[in-house]
Amino acid sequence: MAEQAINTRVAYWRKNLRITAALLAIWFVVTFVVTFFARELSFSFFGWPFSFWMAAQGALLVYLALIGFYAWFMNRLDLASGVAEDGGRG
Amino acid sequence: MADPSQAAFTRRLNKVYGLYTVGLLIFIAGLAGLEMLGLSRRLIGVIFLLATVLLYAAIGVVSRTTDADEYYVAGRRVPALYNGMATGADWMSAASFISLSGTMYLQGYAGLAFIMGWTGGYCLVALLLAPYLRRFGQFTIPDFLDARYGGTWPRLMGVVAAILCSFTYVVAQIYAIGLITSHLTGVAFEIGIFLGLGGILVCSFLGGMRAVTWTQVAQYIVIVIAFLVPVVWLSVKQTGVPFPQAIYGAQLEKVTQREQALRADPKEIEVIALFKARADEYAARLKDVPAALAAEQQAAKQRVADLRTADAPLAQIQTAEKALLALPRDAQTARRAWTQAQASDESRAQPLGGMPPHGVAFAGDPQGSATEQRSYRDSRLNFLALVFCLTLGTAALPHLLMRCYTTPSVRQARQSVTWSLFFILLLYLSAPALAVLVKYEVFNVLVGTPFDSLPAWIANWAKVDPNLLSVIDINHDGVLQLGEIRIGTDIVVLATPEIGGLPYVVSGMVAAGALAAALSTADGLLLTISNALSHDVYYKMVDPQASNGRRVTISKMLLLVVALAAAAVAAQKPADIVFLVSAAFSIAASALFPALVLGVFWKRANALGAALGMASGLLMTVYYMVRNEAWMRDVFGISAPVDLWFAIQPISAGVFGVLLGFVVTVGVSLATRASGARSDAFVDHIRFPG
Repeated sequence: MAEQAINTRVAYWRKNLRITAALLAIWFVVTFVVTFFARELSFSFFGWPFSFWMAAQGALLVYLALIGFYAWFMNRLDLASGVAEDGGRG
Repeated sequence: MADPSQAAFTRRLNKVYGLYTVGLLIFIAGLAGLEMLGLSRRLIGVIFLLATVLLYAAIGVVSRTTDADEYYVAGRRVPALYNGMATGADWMSAASFISLSGTMYLQGYAGLAFIMGWTGGYCLVALLLAPYLRRFGQFTIPDFLDARYGGTWPRLMGVVAAILCSFTYVVAQIYAIGLITSHLTGVAFEIGIFLGLGGILVCSFLGGMRAVTWTQVAQYIVIVIAFLVPVVWLSVKQTGVPFPQAIYGAQLEKVTQREQALRADPKEIEVIALFKARADEYAARLKDVPAALAAEQQAAKQRVADLRTADAPLAQIQTAEKALLALPRDAQTARRAWTQAQASDESRAQPLGGMPPHGVAFAGDPQGSATEQRSYRDSRLNFLALVFCLTLGTAALPHLLMRCYTTPSVRQARQSVTWSLFFILLLYLSAPALAVLVKYEVFNVLVGTPFDSLPAWIANWAKVDPNLLSVIDINHDGVLQLGEIRIGTDIVVLATPEIGGLPYVVSGMVAAGALAAALSTADGLLLTISNALSHDVYYKMVDPQASNGRRVTISKMLLLVVALAAAAVAAQKPADIVFLVSAAFSIAASALFPALVLGVFWKRANALGAALGMASGLLMTVYYMVRNEAWMRDVFGISAPVDLWFAIQPISAGVFGVLLGFVVTVGVSLATRASGARSDAFVDHIRFPG
């Protein structure tokens, strides 16, 4: 493999790790940190106590956004780094 | 999609499932019409059951196959959207459909741990596993462990873990199938199990993953319609708005106000005092069981004799004689019965029938007494621990991860996870709303109803099993108090249409949806187990020369054996659905999660580390559950005292297993030699899609 190709791959993997870590950090905060302070965060939010709404809906929507963003970001990164399957479309 | 045949395939799928959905709606509307013309309820139930099971069977027959690629991974051409839908059905089991809302109805905020855990896990699947598994592109999870780590042990441990968690999980599904079928048609529980089993087998047996995938898409549509119709209906009935997910906050506020009123209600307080008195009486009897039993028998005999001498009406004498006969026969049975009765009365001698305030997070009070502070800390820790186990378990359940192999590409594997979560959220955003709406209905309509005009469904369900639903007029005022009704977790959803006063056709539809949820998950699980045995044990370890056809045949035979074994276990009516399911998650998380994730992200992890990590994590979880969970203690005859660490309940045993699994895998890997060039090359291969 040419040196430049190896470099792209190293950069690709590093970017993947960085985005994975960032999204996992958001996941962790939403899941465990917010929940840890659930009793303190029980102000009214459109009728729901805020922590109740977070656990029942807010966290779920954040999860969906995280996964959707990751798929979009990585599929673009695959193309840009030339590592996508079959010339890029599958 | 560049591939023209794949594009045509997707267009055909859109047409077929579009027509199917329209047909389904027409079928339901037709039955609703027939109900108005006077079709009997029993018949509606039977028609729903037979029609849906026959439909799944028909899809199974149409998609039958003996080709290994089709049988194991549906030919790897399931488009992301449909793979997402199939994963959704695979995922949403009887626990999601039946027990989730029921748990939230009874436990309020505490039940949300299941909602968060079962969806948050998808973040881990999407970010840490799905694209890499698809790039690897073989058949099973043990395949991955073998290819990454090499050697027999990681594969074998993978097989053991996959079978153990899938089997526990499938028993819970088959149990639920028996429950629903017997409610819907009135047949015995055991016969219900075998009827449902027929529905599962004809599908996975004939067509493997291919048939299961296309059936699951059909089942997803049934599940989601069956769940959303009653919630939306209730919402329109109570608020006039057809989007319960968006507006149930207002209903929750009203429920909370009503909770405060009920807590202060003198009639409710009277009921609580009566239950407390009954519990105290049992406690007094338990102090000296033989003496208390003798006194009870003496009193009952005396009463019969008194009535006889007083020449009382025959009916009264017979009632007294029956009471005498119903007394426990010996001290041991008396002790068991009275301990149970005492615990049950004690639990009902609480405000709101033992339900915590719906919107308040965690029990106890951080500013209260020492006991209240402790209760607050313990309940918060247990909530977080349960979320942790369910999340990591989601990201390690083999039947779910297998779905990563069935898409055409890595790109579509990533999109497929997004679609899965989207389709799952349609139901999961509605489940907490259902719990609140049902609670509103019970608090405002049911409570305060005179006993002689209670709706018929209460008697119907109480007849099926008094543990599921019971009412008792303990203060003899002729009016139902909240403390006087007890509703079991597993019937809240099934009874919702009746609680809300909807037509019976909706009840039939909900039951059919619950059945679809249980069947679709059972299909996926049975396939995982039989594939682990036929592919990983037989083909990879016993006879590597076996032809494709022979492998598929062996897999089909094993499927039959496993299904019958699971049905036999389920017929014993083991612990409740939620515990069985949670146990499966703890087992999967502790045995598989560390080895899978480290396998992708840490090249230094080696075979010995992975095998020992999996084994120790699994053993730790199983030990903690057997030692501390009431039903498991009973099964294994454990007499050593319960020993909880950090007050963590056995349902979250996986916390300890996962931590130990990571520590052992990392420690042993570092202490032994690195795995070498072959494994490094493998990791590099799966990290890049092309």
